[in-house]
Amino acid sequence: MLHQELARRRDPMWRWERPLLREISMYAQGLNQSDPAAVTASPEAARFQARIDAEDKIEPNDWMPEAYRRTLIRQISQHAHSEIIGMLPEGNWITRAPSLRRKAALLAKVQDEGGHGLYLYAAAETLGVTREDLVDQLLAGKAKYSSIFNYPTLTWADIGAIGWLVDGAAIMNQIPLCRCSFGPYARAMIRVCKEESFHQRQGYEIMLTLCRGTAEQKAMAQDALDRWWWPCLMMFGPPDAASQHSDTSMMWKIKRFTNDGLRQKFIDATVPQGHYLGLSFPDPALRLNPESGHWEHGPIDWEEFRRVVAGGGFCAADRLDARRRAHDEGTWVREAAAAFAAKRTARKEAA
Amino acid sequence: MVTTSITVDDTGFLRLVLARADDALVLGHRLSEWCGHAPILEEDLSLANIALDLIGQARSLYALAGAASGHDEDQLAYLRDDRQYRNLLMLEQPNGDFACTIARLFLYSAYIDPYWRMLATSGSELAPVAAKAAKESAYHLRHSAEWLIRLGDGTAESHRRAQDALERLFPWTGEMFEPLPDDVAVPVAVWDAQVDAVLAEATLARPAPKWQQTGGRAGRHSEHLGHLLAEMQHLQRAFPGATW
Ligand SMILES: [Fe+2]
Ligand SMILES: [Fe+2]
Repeated sequence: MLHQELARRRDPMWRWERPLLREISMYAQGLNQSDPAAVTASPEAARFQARIDAEDKIEPNDWMPEAYRRTLIRQISQHAHSEIIGMLPEGNWITRAPSLRRKAALLAKVQDEGGHGLYLYAAAETLGVTREDLVDQLLAGKAKYSSIFNYPTLTWADIGAIGWLVDGAAIMNQIPLCRCSFGPYARAMIRVCKEESFHQRQGYEIMLTLCRGTAEQKAMAQDALDRWWWPCLMMFGPPDAASQHSDTSMMWKIKRFTNDGLRQKFIDATVPQGHYLGLSFPDPALRLNPESGHWEHGPIDWEEFRRVVAGGGFCAADRLDARRRAHDEGTWVREAAAAFAAKRTARKEAA
Repeated sequence: MVTTSITVDDTGFLRLVLARADDALVLGHRLSEWCGHAPILEEDLSLANIALDLIGQARSLYALAGAASGHDEDQLAYLRDDRQYRNLLMLEQPNGDFACTIARLFLYSAYIDPYWRMLATSGSELAPVAAKAAKESAYHLRHSAEWLIRLGDGTAESHRRAQDALERLFPWTGEMFEPLPDDVAVPVAVWDAQVDAVLAEATLARPAPKWQQTGGRAGRHSEHLGHLLAEMQHLQRAFPGATW
């Protein structure tokens, strides 16, 4: 299974031969600029909502309210940025992975995350933006990405904890998105979810190996759980009472469960897995409510969440610096590829 | 019984297998350093693909070496010091810029691709590994040649960087032709023809022949390998005998 996974090969498509893309997308953005409040009452808007209610998929060329388009662009691009920034904390251990098997599996996993970024940018592009513009927003510090990737990976056990918990939380968030009303996003999520569940099992297996290993290894696993548990619970976003975007997203079937609902599902699935490892959770209030069958948790430090989302925390500056450096140092390469593509086209036309 | 550093008496067959395995591992490790930092997302994925192929080749070869030496793949990779490593000096050099990374991958692939194909039909014990590796190296050669052509014939800056990379790397290329025990030999003319054809298309000049630096096959490395291994072997060295 692992081997099959590693043998997969992705042949990236080339982007250089699409010089008109930027202009086309600027044109598309000019369309559909009507005020969202005004269009909700229109016959198109009513038809649109009826299609959503009937579980029809909305495709890029279909009519859609401008606010729906904007919400999707924001959500899909934040998701894409998270995949790309998410390559960094785990990439931090590729060169130090403790066995050749782990090294190959980790490299393949980080590569998968880059692939998820690619599908997601492509899904966002169907809405009339370009990947280049979205990446510029990220590098300018104007776009958000998941706060979880602003935490540092300090030991090898963090690689296990990220796979088990962060990919586990991502799956909880993304499985409902496979039924998202916007076709390209839903289809990208189906592909992504298969790989995320593979990552989750792989991460759990790293944790299991550590917990069955030496006392030092088990302590390393416990320390990783202690550091990653609360930030993972924050991945589901602010509590429902404080969430800005939930209501319309629910109406549009971009979102199908509330933040708190997904967080609870994640806790219920994860706590028994942690106990099976022989680990304890860093929450003295964690207890199983025998009546509801749910695990209840203590208060989440939303102050920390706000700080980390806003660029505080250990690694926010490091993450963006790393992406900016890669982008800036790669400028001459992208220019060379574009210049070469232009020369080749000119030669073809001359011939 | 906890094993710390190991030394392998690598004469004959073991010398050959370890040299090829160490080449694949060290180059795969270097390429994996790009993951998350490449000039364009597509290239993060491609370089990771190639690194995965190379690490896979190393594992298959270490498995053969393990049968002959009594050590498993992780002992061979993580518990030998740099004086025991047999890889080519060119492959342990830091990545440099993207032009340098691509030029090195090309110069190596232009050698190793015909090598694996010859070995695959040679009746050697390595033939099954070679047959699989040949499919991979064909892709590595194509990918690196396409990029070298793009860089050489791209902008003035990319041309200069690609030419600088070749000047820097050529003194390390002679080592590829040092004979190993019971091995097939790729004729220098085969490599020359491949390299010259791609450089011509890339509008790059072949550097003038000068001195050739060797020593990697005998475990006399540059200073860079020690740092690469210190990083790679860190956990195995810090927690001897642990299972990961
Ligand atoms: Fe992902
Ligand atoms: Fe993942």
